Amino acid sequence: MLLKNFRRAALGFGLAVALTGGAQAEKVLRVGNMGEPESLDPHFVQGVWENRIVGNMFLGLTTEDASATPIPGAAESWTISDDGKTYTFKLRDHSWSDGTPVTAGDFVYSLRRILLPETAAEYASLLFPIENAQQVNSGEVPADKLSVRAVDDKTLEVKLVGPTPFFLEQLTHYTAFPVPRHLIEKHGQAWTKPENIAVNGPYTLKNWVPNDQITLIRNDKFYDAANVKIDTVVYYPQEDRTAVQKRFRAGEIDWAADFASDQFEWLKSNLSDETRVAPYLGIYYYPMNLRKPPFDDKRVRQALSMAIDREIITDKVLKTGELPAYSFVPPGAGGYGNPSMVSWMDEPYSARLEKAKALLAEAGYGPGNPLKFTLSYNTSENHKRIAIAIASMWKQHLGVETELFNSEVKVHYRALNSADFSIARAGWIADYNDAQNFLYLLETRTGPNNYSGFSNSEFDKLMVEAGTTGDMDMRSSLMAKAEAIAMEEQPVIPIYYYVSKNLVSDRLTGWEPNAKDVHRVRYMDLK
Amino acid sequence: MIAFLIRRLASAIPTLLVIITVAFFMMRVAPGGPFDEDRALAPDIEANILRAYNLDKPLVEQYFDYVGNLLRGDFGPSYKIRDFDVNDLILAGFPASLQLGGTAILLAVILGISFGTLAALRQNQASDYAIMTVAMIGIAVPNFVMAPLLTLVFGVYLSLLPVAGWGGGALENKLLPVIALALPQVAYIARLTRGSMVEVLSANYVRTARAKGLREQVVVLRHALKGALLPVVSYLGPATAGLVTGSVVIETIFDIPGIGRYFVQGALNRDYTLVMGVMIFYAVLIIALNLLVDMIYGFLDPKVRHG
Repeated sequence: MLLKNFRRAALGFGLAVALTGGAQAEKVLRVGNMGEPESLDPHFVQGVWENRIVGNMFLGLTTEDASATPIPGAAESWTISDDGKTYTFKLRDHSWSDGTPVTAGDFVYSLRRILLPETAAEYASLLFPIENAQQVNSGEVPADKLSVRAVDDKTLEVKLVGPTPFFLEQLTHYTAFPVPRHLIEKHGQAWTKPENIAVNGPYTLKNWVPNDQITLIRNDKFYDAANVKIDTVVYYPQEDRTAVQKRFRAGEIDWAADFASDQFEWLKSNLSDETRVAPYLGIYYYPMNLRKPPFDDKRVRQALSMAIDREIITDKVLKTGELPAYSFVPPGAGGYGNPSMVSWMDEPYSARLEKAKALLAEAGYGPGNPLKFTLSYNTSENHKRIAIAIASMWKQHLGVETELFNSEVKVHYRALNSADFSIARAGWIADYNDAQNFLYLLETRTGPNNYSGFSNSEFDKLMVEAGTTGDMDMRSSLMAKAEAIAMEEQPVIPIYYYVSKNLVSDRLTGWEPNAKDVHRVRYMDLK
Repeated sequence: MIAFLIRRLASAIPTLLVIITVAFFMMRVAPGGPFDEDRALAPDIEANILRAYNLDKPLVEQYFDYVGNLLRGDFGPSYKIRDFDVNDLILAGFPASLQLGGTAILLAVILGISFGTLAALRQNQASDYAIMTVAMIGIAVPNFVMAPLLTLVFGVYLSLLPVAGWGGGALENKLLPVIALALPQVAYIARLTRGSMVEVLSANYVRTARAKGLREQVVVLRHALKGALLPVVSYLGPATAGLVTGSVVIETIFDIPGIGRYFVQGALNRDYTLVMGVMIFYAVLIIALNLLVDMIYGFLDPKVRHG
C-alpha cells in the first residue's frame, strides 16, 4: 500500500515536472542573509544584510555591475562641471513598479527626506558632500536650500561642497536611492508594506514575515527586466553561521553571505568550489586613546605596533585568507595608488622587536616599570582569540602587562565613542570604494569616529587639500602623504585587511567576487 | 471559585506593575543605548533620533508615557525593527512559538507521565533503571547540542527533513524543533512523575484502594496517578509559559520566527520597547498559567479548596 502510494506520488511528480518543463520553471534564489533587516526603507538601512535586499529593489542614479564597478543606473548619462562641483544627471525613461514615472523631483524629494532632522536617519551624514546637506540635517537651513534641483522631469542638478571624485561611486549607496514620494505621502511609514510599496529596481517586495523570510519577485516594470533571469529571491534572516552552513549543504539555500571562520578548513577540503573568499575593503585595527598616557607617547604606540606578528594572527589564528595589515587603507581602494605602509614593514620580526624594546625603554618602560593597560574588545570568539594572541606577544617580547576587557557590542562602542578606553578593537568597512573613506577616520574634524582622538595639523591640512583639488593624481598623492604621517604617528595599529566569505552554490552563475562584496541578483542565473 | 478568581486577578495587577516598573528602569541602567553603533552618530543626527523616539525627555516622563500607552494596548515602536511595531512583532511571532511550544509540552506530558508511571511501577527493575538513565541523559544534554545533532543526522546526512526554516508552519519543518524542545521536558516530567508516584503508591489511600480489591489498573490510573500528578502540574505552569513564549536556542538554530529570539536580540540591541513588550507578554502568560495550575490543583486534590 505504502509502495503504491509512493509510486502514485512519484508519477504525479513526474507529470508535474513534465507539464512545467515545457514552460519555464520558476527560478528561485534562496539567500542565507545573516540578519533581520531593521527596515526596507533605504533611508533607514544601515547594514550589509539590508543592502543585499534593498539594493535589488531600488536603483540609484548610479548602480553596480557584477564586479561592483559603478555604472549608469536611474541616470543614463551625466556631465560634471569643470570645477568638479556640479553634476547634471539625465534620467533614464523609467517608472516605479506601480507605473508612475520616476522623475528628477523624486530624487530631490528623497535626498531632502533623508537629510531632514525629523526623518532622523542614522546614515544621513554620508550625503554631506552635497552643498548645504549638513546644514539641512542640523536644522540650520530649510530643506529647500539643499543644492539639489530638478531642472525638468528628467534632469537633475546636484551641487557639491567641493570636488568629490568618489561621488558617482557614492551614489550607488542606499542613502542615495530614490523613494516614491507619492506613496510615502499617502501611506506614511507604512509605505514599505508589500501592499503599498513601489520600487524602481529589478525586484519588488512580495512579503516580509519578521524573522522568517523576505520574498522579492521580479519587477516587470524594471527598465532592464528583459535581462533579469531569476524570478524570486527569498532571504532567510538566520544568523547562526553553523546552522546556515548546514542548510547550504542540505541544498536549502543557494548563497550564504558568510560562514564561520573555524569551518574554513573543512569547507576548503569538502566544498572548495563553492567556498568563496575574496579581499574586502575593510580594516581590523586597534585604536589607542591618545588623549591620555601612556598612548600620548608616540614611542609607546610604535613599539606596540612593531611587536605584533601579524602573520601569526592571519595564518594561525584566523586562517581564512585575511592579509596582514601594515597600512590603514586596504590595498585596492579606489582613487588611490599603493597605500603608505609603516616604514618598518619589511624588517625582520626580530629586528622590529629590538627596536620596539629600545623605544619602550626610551619612553621609560622596562622590567622595573612595566607598561600596563587594558585592551577592550566586544564579544566574539575571534576578537578574543586575537586579543589573547596580541597580549601574549606584548607580554613575551616587551614585558607589557595587558588586562583583557570584554563587553557586549553596544557597551564597547559607547566606550569608544566617548573616549573611555585605553586600547581597543575596532573595524571599518568602506561605505564607498575610496581611500578617503578610511583616512577621514583619522581627521580631527571627524569627531567620535576618530576613536583615538588623533589630531595632527599636517594630516588634517593634507586631507583638506585632497578634498578640494580637482586633480586626481594630486589628490591621491596628498592622501598618500597623509597616510604616511598616520603610519609614522601610529594612532591606530592596523592588524589585518578583511576578506569577504561566501558560500555560493555551483548552480548559481553570475555571482562575481569583488572588493565591496556587493552582488546584485539582476546579473545572476540559476542552472 | 469565582471569588478566588477575582482575588487572584486583582492581585495580578500590582504584580505586573512592579514587573513593568523594575524592568523599565533596569533596561535603562544598562550601559549603551539602542543607537550606539560602531559608526558614532554625528551629534546633530543623534539628537534628531533621540527626539524622534522621545528618548530626549526625562526618564520619569518617558516611564509615564510608556505606561499610558500600555493602558491603551500600545507597546510602542521597536527601536531596531523600524518597519514594525512591537505589537506587530509579538502578534507575528507568537503563533509560531505557541505551536512549537504547545506541541512540545503536550508531547512531553504524554510521554513523560507514561514513562514516569511505568518506571515507578517497575521500581528498581531493569526497565526503571533504563528509563531513568535515558531521562538523566535527556536532562543533561542541552538543547544547543541536541538540536544541531538532529539537524546533522536528519537534515544533512539522511536528507529526510529540512535543516531549518519555518516553511509557513509545515509539519516537516516542525518535527525536529518540537523533538529538540520536548526531549528535556519528557525527561524532567518522567523523573518528577516517577518520584511522586513511588511515594503515592505506598500512601494509605492507595493501600485502601488495593484492599478494597480494585483492579491494579484502576488503582494506578484513578487513584495513584491523580495524587502523583500534583508536582507535575505545578511544574507545568512555568514550563508551559517558558515553552510557548519560545526558546531562543531552538528558534535560532532552526530559524523559526517565534518571539523567543526577541528576548536576546532585543536585549543586545537595547531595543527597550521590544524587550519590555516581550517581557510583559511573558509575565501575563505566567500569571495566567499559574492561575490555571492552581485551579487544576483544586480538581486533583480535594485538600486544596478555593473558597
